[in-house]
Amino acid sequence: MIAIKVPLVKNILEANDKISDLNKKFFDEKNVLVVNIMSSPGAGKTTLISNTINALKDEFKIGVIEGDIQSTYDAEKIAETGAQVVQINTGGACHLDGNMIRDTFDQLDFDNMDLLIVENVGNLVCPAEFQMGEDFKAMLLSIPEGDDKPLKYPLMFHESSVLLINKIDLLPYIECDVEKIKRESKKINPEIEIFEVSGKVGTGLVRWLNLLKEKIRQKNDPK
Amino acid sequence: MHELSIIESIVDIVLEEMPKHNLTKVTKVSLRIGDMRQVVPDAMQFGFEVVTKNTPLEDAELLIEHIPITGQCEKCKHEFLVKSWLDNCPRCEHPNIQIIAGKELEIAEFEGT
Repeated sequence: MIAIKVPLVKNILEANDKISDLNKKFFDEKNVLVVNIMSSPGAGKTTLISNTINALKDEFKIGVIEGDIQSTYDAEKIAETGAQVVQINTGGACHLDGNMIRDTFDQLDFDNMDLLIVENVGNLVCPAEFQMGEDFKAMLLSIPEGDDKPLKYPLMFHESSVLLINKIDLLPYIECDVEKIKRESKKINPEIEIFEVSGKVGTGLVRWLNLLKEKIRQKNDPK
Repeated sequence: MHELSIIESIVDIVLEEMPKHNLTKVTKVSLRIGDMRQVVPDAMQFGFEVVTKNTPLEDAELLIEHIPITGQCEKCKHEFLVKSWLDNCPRCEHPNIQIIAGKELEIAEFEGT
C-alpha cells in the first residue's frame, strides 16, 4: 500500500493555546489580573506570594492557585493569609497548563477578586512552555541557585516579563554575581524588569508591589 | 518531562487529522522543533514509543528536524545564527537581538495508509 503524505504545519501546543485564550477572555471579563509565578523548587515562591498578599490584602482581593506535583503544604501556608486558595496536584506533570487552570474555575469566586496569583510547579524548564491565560509571567531566581542560570535556562528568562532576584539578604554569605545575572538576563530578554528582593525579610518588595498595584488598576479600568 | 505532554498533544492532533484523509494507520510523523524549546530527543523517541502503544500510531517513525536559533539585530536588521546568548550583532555589535527562529514546536507532516 502506498503511504499518503499529509502536510500539516501545525503548532503542537495549539490545543493548550486555545484553552489559554478562553481562560484569558474569562479573566478579562472578570477584570482579574493574572500573574504566573515560576522558579525552581525552593526559590521562595510561596514565601514571596504570602508576603505579597499580606502587603496588598487591605487594598485588593486576591486569589491563589497553587501548583504542586503532590502535597497541600503551600495551599495551607497561603490560606493563613486569608486569601482564597485552590491547590492543584498535577500527580507527576512538571508544569501547569490551561486545562488545569480551567478546572479550578468552579472553586474560586472571581467576582470577588482583583488579582489571581498562580504558583507554578517548581521547575526552570517546562512551565515556560505552557500558557495558561495569564497577563504576565514573573520568575524568581534565588541567589543560592547561582549566577549561571540565565544561560542554562534561557527560555524561562526569555518568556518572563519580570525577574525577581530573591534571597538577596543572603548575599554576604554566598558567592553570586548579581550583576552577571542582570546583564545576562537582559541579553536574553532586553524587556525584562528586574527587582532584587528578599521575599522573606521584605527587602526591595516595594517596587514589585507597585508594579502589581499599577497593573491591577489598569486591568480594573482598561480605559 | 514536558516531552510527555508534547507527545500527547501530537498524538491527539494526528488522531484528529487521520479520518480527514481516510487513514487508518500512521507510519511516520515529522516534527520541527526549535533549539530554544529544550526538548530532549531521546526522551521524545522513548515517550513516543510508549504513548503510541495500541494506537494507530504504534511503530510509526518519529523524525525531528532541529531548527537552530536565529537572531535579528534590532538596529541593523542583520540575521545570524545565535551561538551564544552573550553574542552581539556580528555586523554592527548592537547588543539587542530579536529571536526570529528557534522557538518552533510543530508537526510538519505525517504519513500513513
